[in-house]
Amino acid sequence: MHEMGIATSVLDAAQNEAKRHPGSKLLKVGLRIGEWSGVDPDSLRFCFEALVLGSDNAPTLEIEFRPRQNRCPSCGTVFALKDFEINCPTCGAASTEPVSGDELELAYVELEEL
Amino acid sequence: MNRIEVQQKVLSENDRIAKSLRDRIRENGIYCPNLISSPGAGKTLLLERTLAMFPPDTGVAVLTGDIQTDNDAKRLAKYGFPVRQICTGGSCHLDARMVEQALEAEAWNLAGLHYLFIENVGNLVCPSSYNLGENDKIVILSVTEGEDKPLKYPATFSRAGLVIINKIDLLQYVQFDIGKAKENVQKVHPGAEILEVSATTGANLDQWYAWLEKKRAGCAQDRSTAAVS
Repeated sequence: MHEMGIATSVLDAAQNEAKRHPGSKLLKVGLRIGEWSGVDPDSLRFCFEALVLGSDNAPTLEIEFRPRQNRCPSCGTVFALKDFEINCPTCGAASTEPVSGDELELAYVELEEL
Repeated sequence: MNRIEVQQKVLSENDRIAKSLRDRIRENGIYCPNLISSPGAGKTLLLERTLAMFPPDTGVAVLTGDIQTDNDAKRLAKYGFPVRQICTGGSCHLDARMVEQALEAEAWNLAGLHYLFIENVGNLVCPSSYNLGENDKIVILSVTEGEDKPLKYPATFSRAGLVIINKIDLLQYVQFDIGKAKENVQKVHPGAEILEVSATTGANLDQWYAWLEKKRAGCAQDRSTAAVS
């Protein structure tokens, strides 16, 4: 529902980054979206494409989806949560810590030097 | 072609404003909860009950967000504390800039405040992405909803400083397994604190008031510690 606002923030941030490199053109925007970020990747892509529609050489969007993963402090296993099961699948420890899945990050931009 | 690593949060501008709000809230020893729920879970009635509980000389202010109307602000203004409606005009959540602008417009004396309540727009998805400078996100779930809500909205429930299960007076009329609901909260947020209340009958609201007072005392303590050091 708030993906249009997020898409606007993404485009603003990417264009600001491009401006730091005068004479370049924004080709691609790389995003990292976590499973628990509260943002739907398909909806965000739809909004992003609507925003750049009609502009010359519209930038493309690449989304890296990050699953919710936890790490076990006892044995070091990193595992994706299935059915919200947070106990370590290797050693059974109960107090595992989230390591990914909350991301909503601009990872990179690709620029063409003109 | 040239790839540039950015590694920056998409909402970094919101986070920057939220941090400056957070600093002001901390410096003044205010406890600021951000109330989040789906529409109709009882945020406004819970706030009404809460405002009615405070002695008139308590420093309390309320920001209440809605897409349209100032109905909630009218309801909340009856209790004698300053209230400002934030009309988002279509946006499904509050962001830090809206809160900053509301505080600027009201020019409340923050030094005199003990509590700043923020009632978010009714929505269990989007508000979780936007920090407002609050101390805690408080998520309200009512028994007229499904007990699987925490599993459907893990982003929101996993960030909750407190989960309130409201409308427990209706448990006898609805198929809501409260044990299961609490289990689901723990699944997405191990160790989460949960209160079961009815804003309508007042059941267990004493626990909510005690929770607020404990939190506020902690904030006042932090301020005096910071002042000494």
